[in-house]
Amino acid sequence: MTDKPLDLHRPTGDEVKTTTCYMCACRCGIRVHLRNGRVTYIDGNPAHPVNRGVICAKGSAGIEQHGSPARLRSPLLRVGERGAGEFKEIGWDEALALAARWLGDIRARNPDELAFFTGRDQSQALTGWWAQQFGTVNYAAHGGFCSVNMAAAGMYTLGSAFWEFGEPDWEHTRYLMLWGVAEDHDSNPIKLGLGRLKGRGAKVVAINPVRTGYAAIADEWIGIRPGTDGLLAGALVHELLHADRVDLDYLVRYSNAHWLVVDDLDGADDGLFARDAEGHPLCATREGIVRADLAGIAPRVVGEVTLADGRRAAPAFQRLAERFLDAAWSPDAVADRCGVAAGTIRRLARELAAAAFDDPIRLPVAWTDVHGRRHDEMVGRAVSMHAMRGISAHSNGFQTCRLLHVLQLLLGAIETPGSFRFQPPYPKGIPPHNRPGKSRQPNGALDAAPLGFPQSPDDLLVDADGRPRRIDKAFSWEYPLAVHGMLHTVVRNAHAGDPYRIDTLLMFMANMAWNSAMATGETMRMLTDRDPATGEYRIPRIIYSDAYASEMVAYADLVLPDTTYLERHDAISLLDRPISDADAAIDGIRRPVVAPDRDVRPFQDVLLDLGARLGLPGMVHDDGRPRFPGGFPQYMVEHQRAPGIGLLAGWRGADGAASGKGDPNPRQLAAYAGNGCFFRAEVPPAGRYFKMANRDYLGWAQSMGFVGGTQPQVLALYAEPLQRFRLAARGHGNRQPPDKDRARIAQHFDPLPDWQAPFEGAALQPGAYPLAAITQRPMFMYHAWGSQNRWLRQIAARNVLYIHPATAAAHSLADGDWAELRSHAGCILVPVRLHGAVEAGTVWTWNAIGKRRGTWGLHRDAPEGRRGFLLNHLISDLLPAGHAGDYANADPITGQAAWYDLRVALRRVEPPSGGDSLPQFAPLPVPRR
Amino acid sequence: MTALPLPSPRKLGLVIDLDTCVGCHACAVACKEWNEQGAFGPLPDQDPYGAEPLGVWFNRVHTYEVAAGNPLPPPTPARAIAPAASAAAAAPAQGMTVHFPRSCLHCEDAACVTVCPTGASYKRASDGIVLVDEDKCIGCKLCAWACPYGAREYSEVRGVMQKCTLCVDRIYNESLDPADRQPACVLACPTRARHFGDLGDPGSEVSRLVAAREGYAPLPELGYRPVNRYLPPRPRRDGAAAADPAAERFDASRLPPLLRWADRLLSR
Repeated sequence: MTDKPLDLHRPTGDEVKTTTCYMCACRCGIRVHLRNGRVTYIDGNPAHPVNRGVICAKGSAGIEQHGSPARLRSPLLRVGERGAGEFKEIGWDEALALAARWLGDIRARNPDELAFFTGRDQSQALTGWWAQQFGTVNYAAHGGFCSVNMAAAGMYTLGSAFWEFGEPDWEHTRYLMLWGVAEDHDSNPIKLGLGRLKGRGAKVVAINPVRTGYAAIADEWIGIRPGTDGLLAGALVHELLHADRVDLDYLVRYSNAHWLVVDDLDGADDGLFARDAEGHPLCATREGIVRADLAGIAPRVVGEVTLADGRRAAPAFQRLAERFLDAAWSPDAVADRCGVAAGTIRRLARELAAAAFDDPIRLPVAWTDVHGRRHDEMVGRAVSMHAMRGISAHSNGFQTCRLLHVLQLLLGAIETPGSFRFQPPYPKGIPPHNRPGKSRQPNGALDAAPLGFPQSPDDLLVDADGRPRRIDKAFSWEYPLAVHGMLHTVVRNAHAGDPYRIDTLLMFMANMAWNSAMATGETMRMLTDRDPATGEYRIPRIIYSDAYASEMVAYADLVLPDTTYLERHDAISLLDRPISDADAAIDGIRRPVVAPDRDVRPFQDVLLDLGARLGLPGMVHDDGRPRFPGGFPQYMVEHQRAPGIGLLAGWRGADGAASGKGDPNPRQLAAYAGNGCFFRAEVPPAGRYFKMANRDYLGWAQSMGFVGGTQPQVLALYAEPLQRFRLAARGHGNRQPPDKDRARIAQHFDPLPDWQAPFEGAALQPGAYPLAAITQRPMFMYHAWGSQNRWLRQIAARNVLYIHPATAAAHSLADGDWAELRSHAGCILVPVRLHGAVEAGTVWTWNAIGKRRGTWGLHRDAPEGRRGFLLNHLISDLLPAGHAGDYANADPITGQAAWYDLRVALRRVEPPSGGDSLPQFAPLPVPRR
Repeated sequence: MTALPLPSPRKLGLVIDLDTCVGCHACAVACKEWNEQGAFGPLPDQDPYGAEPLGVWFNRVHTYEVAAGNPLPPPTPARAIAPAASAAAAAPAQGMTVHFPRSCLHCEDAACVTVCPTGASYKRASDGIVLVDEDKCIGCKLCAWACPYGAREYSEVRGVMQKCTLCVDRIYNESLDPADRQPACVLACPTRARHFGDLGDPGSEVSRLVAAREGYAPLPELGYRPVNRYLPPRPRRDGAAAADPAAERFDASRLPPLLRWADRLLSR
């Protein structure tokens, strides 16, 4: 019997172009197949180092994102009331002239009256630079809402961080701990890694209130209570210290564990490192007190000493050990609060120690350390960890994340074979050396980019009276290390004129009128509120750029429609958020594979156009002509941040032969296009581990332009910069916090990691809100931008509240019932489902499925609008009244939005008559004409 | 009513690893995207932006919660993974969340074929792939009733039955790079939980995987002899069996814990 002849050799099209995905922040390589210039198919690029050919559900659905009916089609000018969604289409000349007039007036008057906040921004190397040239301090992306605690704690401890700046050693690790919700970043590399680990028999432990996603395939699920991860990590530290299962040799080689910390409680130097006259740190040895940074010494890690000038001091390790040896950190002491049995904690500590110490990994790779000593092999600890927003989005997230890194340091499990590894170009200083820009130069530009890493109170953006200089109050005494800014405070502060009034809010893909805001309803009100005295909007102007009809569009005065990711150039730059892996520095580009079929423009092109119209430094020639008439692709190639350093590291130099540093190469983009749209520079084999103290690595990193020199980068077991803020709070130095902030700074700026109860729960009446409520994104969706996709919404077009059966029973709730969920800030009415795989004190739902009716090109009766819901309505952007002081619902160190601190009470209610979840808002009209 | 071919030695199929499937739906969407434009497409959607978006999917992923001590749910019968080594996986001590991708299993005794009144459903003699000849399909849905695995997808829009083709228009497709001649779901899978090959060849990589991991076919008692195999979750090393370690305490009355490090000779 012969088979029926079939059409088995049909090509996918007549052309295949590589570019980079934008369906989440993973930035995988894709191949876009075209027929007659139309996209027919998208698959993963097997040659791309990020995804190695695999592609996630979002990536495959990108073709429908490109074809979405929610896409905007021309610039829009508001004609009705703000928030009503009534617009007229206008041309780009009119739109840009209008924007340039508004912004030009601001720049002439006071550049800080422009608040430029980019939500889902992958071009911060451009947008941050643009804000700097404009001269406003009021710039940030969405990191303050997302995961700045993780990024900041990593940068101030390791000079690296989870996700974008580091990764587990997927090839060698034997024990992986996943802390908290971690499914969204970084999508495909972690999935590829988990597959490898499980295939190799490594143990995977998931510490997460919910067992879905990665936790589902973990060997062990620890259903912890939200916000208590720091207690668990501290108890693990306690156990390791008690059992003497810590790697002291590692600590004195690579960290500041042996550095002497001054003990002078009332002094201006208390808690700072003891240093010699040249500023070198000191340590104690049997031979006496010597420079701590010398090689070949035998430092002590415990023992108080008297310095030559009579001050007392003790090694940083001793301070740490004293804290965590205390019974307050014992497994028995934390078990009830974590919801994890003490015996389980003890066992986990033993497993960690066994994986780290009982069978060290030895790679037969010779290397040379920064002191010039040759080592025949690389010896490592096969324990690694990963964490993301589950740890980050709490008011104790900075210290918790620091504690996770300290736990790894004690195990000697940072940047060794088998452990967490750094991704070039990091580390670039611990923390990186760039401070936030503060003052304007004669040409109106800021002296540095608006975001940076404060190292002392001198770096804060406060006025002479200590008041915030930024509209979001980042880098103020209220949130001193808000290194990603605070997107979540902008609207409230701009509305209140606190600390001052702004003129224009310029936003890119930041859905503040919906799921990117805390207290969504209140935010919508503030966006539309008028000053009764003048009749004008309290936030006078809002310019918004988005490719889609998101909820925020209706709240703009002027809408600048972006293209899709298949229609524009982007730089995935090492100056920004790199896609490197631990073995290579990697950057890449997006490039247009199709031309826009409507009157939309890439936002980056629009920014450069506006910059030229405004005459911003760097964007015009001396005679005023535009410097980049070719738009962003020209900028990507020609702009130099420092001599020889541009957005792209590959194929530099006139002949394209240089990597990292070199003159601009006019054929650079073609070279990228010819290489799958990425560039990969391998770290030399001898430089692949111990990068913070590896001469082979640091020499290579210097040649690439990543670091200024080859001096070692000392891992911060003890974070001295925090102590400088604490000393100011105690009354030392000429920059001190206002009295209202003193106690808060003194308490939280602890140079040793610590744990505090999340603010919201601690401020509420005990028992009034007995449950924690959290959200996570499904792996097949990302933010709101992907969840209107016609294929993805067939997987989930509505969300429900998941409740543990025992908790449901206690509330007389059955599967399919409806419940009222109430927080101190609000109330929602939602459908419930029973779910056994959640910690009983926690309820949860999928994030950002619920939509406002009439948005995203969806029918008004779409379940996303009628049935789906957001927890955002329950999450206040301010702390409850029971909390002392007037502060955002945020981490006191970084300002990270603490949306995982949410506490709720649950009550069964009768199903609503129409079957709609509550609250509901008036459906928005489709923004066409 | 439609005859099956003589069993062919070549039995192309999928091996799906439930130990590493994280339920991300990458396979399902990659499948839909390929087949939308492929030789067996399109896969129409009804009301794609409306109140009840529904469409044709050749591959869907289901998630099951398994309470502690209970067997994995159908279609992952405990009996099928009964071999001693997998007993722990069959009845997990701690409870499990299991993701189960479901698509056509390309049965050797495919009831969906034998039930077909027109010959539209057929099993290829050369490689065992079960296909639908849309020119012959009258949309009677008998095959969907016959298939115990729910692998058939009726297209209301097109009026025909559709199903997984094992990407027959990829795996032999000479317009594709040889490395790409695999089912779209296999190439897409981010944890590499999906494998494609000849399960009729005991020496093939997929057959060796099945042997090593005790791969099973769901609902074997029904006798349709699926070609596809699922690899059961590996036994979890969750520490449930480990003794609760007693508190191991340094005797602080004899020596404060800090002091043991006082004279430790460390080298920098």
